Amino acid sequence: MSVQSPISSVNDFVVRFANVNGSGSASANELFARAILRHGVPVSPRNIFPSNIQGLPTWYEVRVTEAGHLGARGGVDLMVAMNPQTWDKDVASIETGGYLFYDSTKPLPSSKFRTDITVIGVPLTAITNSTYTDPRQRQLFKNIIYLGALCALLDMDPKLVEKLFGEQYKGKEKLLSSNVHALHLGRDWALQNLKCPLGLRVKKADKVGERIFIEGNSAAALGAVYGGATVCAWYPITPSSSLADAFGAHCKKLRHDPQTGKAKYAIVQGEDELASIGIVIGASWNGARAFTATSGPGISLMTEFIGLSYFAEIPAVIMNVQRAGPSTGMPTRTQQCDIIACAYASHGDTKHILLFPEDPAEAFEFAAASFDLAERLQTTIFLMLDLDIGMNHRLCRPLKWDDGRQYDRGKVMTAEMLDEPGRDFGRYLDVDGDGIPFRTYPGTHPTKGSFFTRGTSRDRYARYSEEGAVYADNMQRLVRKFETAQDMVPRPLQANAAKPTKYGVIYFGSTSPAMDEAIGLLEARGHQLDRLRIRAFPFHSSVASFIADHDFVYVVEQNRDAQLRQLIVNENGIDPVRLVPILHYDGTPITARFIANSIGDHQDHLKVTPLRKAVS
Amino acid sequence: MPGLVPGIHAFLFLGQDVDGRDKPGHDEAGIAGAEMTYIAKPKFHHPGLPKNELGYTHRDYEGKISTLCAGCGHDSITAAIIEACYELSIEPHRVAKISGIGCSSKTPDYFLGNSHGFNSVHGRMPSVLTGANLANRDLIYLGVSGDGDSASIGFGQFAHSIRRGVNMTYIVENNGVYGLTKGQFSATADRGSKSKKGVMNTDNAIDLVAIALQLGASFVARSFSGDKTQLVPLISAAIRHKGAAFIDVISPCIAFNNHAGSTKSFDYVREHNEAVNRLDVITGREPITVDYAPGSVQVVDQHDGTRLALRKIDADYDANDRLAAMTFLQKHAAKGQVVTGLLYVDPDSDDLHSHLDTVETPLNRLEAKDLCPGTSALEKINASLR
Repeated sequence: MSVQSPISSVNDFVVRFANVNGSGSASANELFARAILRHGVPVSPRNIFPSNIQGLPTWYEVRVTEAGHLGARGGVDLMVAMNPQTWDKDVASIETGGYLFYDSTKPLPSSKFRTDITVIGVPLTAITNSTYTDPRQRQLFKNIIYLGALCALLDMDPKLVEKLFGEQYKGKEKLLSSNVHALHLGRDWALQNLKCPLGLRVKKADKVGERIFIEGNSAAALGAVYGGATVCAWYPITPSSSLADAFGAHCKKLRHDPQTGKAKYAIVQGEDELASIGIVIGASWNGARAFTATSGPGISLMTEFIGLSYFAEIPAVIMNVQRAGPSTGMPTRTQQCDIIACAYASHGDTKHILLFPEDPAEAFEFAAASFDLAERLQTTIFLMLDLDIGMNHRLCRPLKWDDGRQYDRGKVMTAEMLDEPGRDFGRYLDVDGDGIPFRTYPGTHPTKGSFFTRGTSRDRYARYSEEGAVYADNMQRLVRKFETAQDMVPRPLQANAAKPTKYGVIYFGSTSPAMDEAIGLLEARGHQLDRLRIRAFPFHSSVASFIADHDFVYVVEQNRDAQLRQLIVNENGIDPVRLVPILHYDGTPITARFIANSIGDHQDHLKVTPLRKAVS
Repeated sequence: MPGLVPGIHAFLFLGQDVDGRDKPGHDEAGIAGAEMTYIAKPKFHHPGLPKNELGYTHRDYEGKISTLCAGCGHDSITAAIIEACYELSIEPHRVAKISGIGCSSKTPDYFLGNSHGFNSVHGRMPSVLTGANLANRDLIYLGVSGDGDSASIGFGQFAHSIRRGVNMTYIVENNGVYGLTKGQFSATADRGSKSKKGVMNTDNAIDLVAIALQLGASFVARSFSGDKTQLVPLISAAIRHKGAAFIDVISPCIAFNNHAGSTKSFDYVREHNEAVNRLDVITGREPITVDYAPGSVQVVDQHDGTRLALRKIDADYDANDRLAAMTFLQKHAAKGQVVTGLLYVDPDSDDLHSHLDTVETPLNRLEAKDLCPGTSALEKINASLR
């Protein structure tokens, strides 16, 4: 088979592995991504997996990107097709001129192939079976053998893979040598039987630098450790379970008393999400820093408690790793679909603080900051992650901490303060106009500072009251407190286009890398856009001024109903016509191509139709 | 235009004084005003009131005046809690009172006025208490709940807090009905019992004591709000117990469940009360001075040094035998009897903190220097991620 124009690219292509889940392919595929990183070439890997343990299709995609575009690109240049179940779809998804790598042990009819791609057959099963007898070994080493073949085909340095094996199997010499052996088995076969390398090649570069490779869930969990969380209560739910697991793993290494070996933390796997948030609220009420990790269905279950946290003013941190909803939705697919559910969670009038990290580095920072914010503002803080950030390794700047940083424990009245002459303690008394009252921890003072916490209405001294004026006074103070929060949460970041422009774009969270890349694509099409990345709700005043400064602002998000746009319109009194929704919600991560095409088409259209006609 | 301008209705209250309730003080002020939503208790102390070891009088353990119906069983339980805390010479502010929602859950406002209280969410007292307990292991945790709160909406949380062994005294004020919503059956209402309106309950009853035993509670008791001499020492012993201590207190609802045909009425419980023992709680290390007849008493030493002397009423009843307790309970329930007393106690109990192996210092007292691993550790972590 000869292909007209095979794709030729160095350090800029997409490889996708199609596997059956439970086959042990994940670690081999991750090794592939790490090996490319060790060449000094940035990668952006993504796990596309089913809500299942064994037998269903799973994909692992590695975007090799010397330019450092870490968003999903879309399209596949090299498909490693190891799953007969998804063969047809996988083959169809390859770009024209792309490559198909498959196990050629059993012959396949020519109708199963395409003529516009290069087909690379390696008899993986035959090689494996002639080398190994144990079925489990055959399964696992087959993955390493294809890794070896790819090394040859993509011109990768096998020494770098061997070094990774060495780190992974430190002290397990037998495992190390058998993996190295399998790697070379595949590599040698490819070198002897195939034309190596392909048009796609990995070439050593120096584009990774100091950056680290970490999953957002692990980074957020580490942020909780650094932020002083001592109580974690959670209930297993994809894609947040690995966050709680990571918290446990980090604590095991970092939070045991060196003398006694005892734990300076408590982790409870609750019986459900209601218990998890209840434990968090009980612990926070009693002066510990506590959090839970969950996803959409968990948020639905927690809403009654979230209302209590808002109204009784008890700190809580909820790390929401969003997945596609509603209902069970697509549990292993990504979306930014809980914006409204979290911003207004609970019955009655409530508003909550949301933080939107763009990557693991920000997930770490915001997670740590969320405990300061929760205690300062005495309310629930949502850390809005999603599956794309949470469960994929992402290349990001190293995690940073300032050793001089102290925790902000907020307005807590101590026994000494209560004893000061003339000191007046009212649990819901706004002493300085910021809407934030003082609280006391239980057990503080024998005769002063105790109060009865309740979800019912009460006066400034925490005494039960159903008086209208007393209730409204309290609700007004809560609005004041929310306004105070506006200047405490991370501010939006603005980046202006090279040339002055009438158009802007607002985006947030995991959309970030795709958006950054899309800006370049749009510039190439002649479209200039100023950018504003929102990092928190309540919105800083710069959001409204950014919108005021542009004729049109695109709002890019990963949900159907333009939830962030709704929130901006609702909270800032913006004319909805000014905000053009760009929505991606099929459960795959948003891509630069999608954003550039959607905005580009809209811009092209604007050039033809006068503005007034387009909106009338 | 940053932020939303507050709604027009809210403006009506701006600048308006929120009347007498806005004055400082915890419970002295507040009965002025037409709508009385809570009742403060006057702070009058008789100079001759007896004091306990810490110098506190009974009054120091009281709270606000109860707003429950006159004659409510719950008020007797409140009195028993006050009595137990006074007798144990507990510092009132070292108790955290946590409840759910319902008549019973209102009662923590009526005792230990110098303690922090938390009237949380319906059925969710156990999780809030668990979290509070994890944050500070040094306080005493008193969970107050009702039969609706613990046997229906919060049945799961009740079960899981018990099976985790949270160090607490968990009291269910059990009247078999939803009082605040005017008399619907609860899940502890016996099958065949009649509502005030004459409706027969056809659902089987949940016996929380049986469930607590099955789930591994290390202290299980049942009592009756009308039997203070039995109830007070049970509460005292539960407070001094390390681990999950559960007390089911039958507490008749005077308004909706005290009629003929009810199995939770004062008359019914008095007639069918099958007490297995009477308890004396001996604090401190002094020897038992009461002269018990040989074989008539079972002595249990608890971790903290308290001795529980169980004066046997049923000579064969062994309060250290969980299995026997469960069988005994079933047999007597089948006869329509209400078994009361200290039904089970594990002298070697432990709690959630020992399971989690947490440090002795309460977690809420740990500071950044104890909790934050710092930059050097972070640099190592960064290096491992390249």
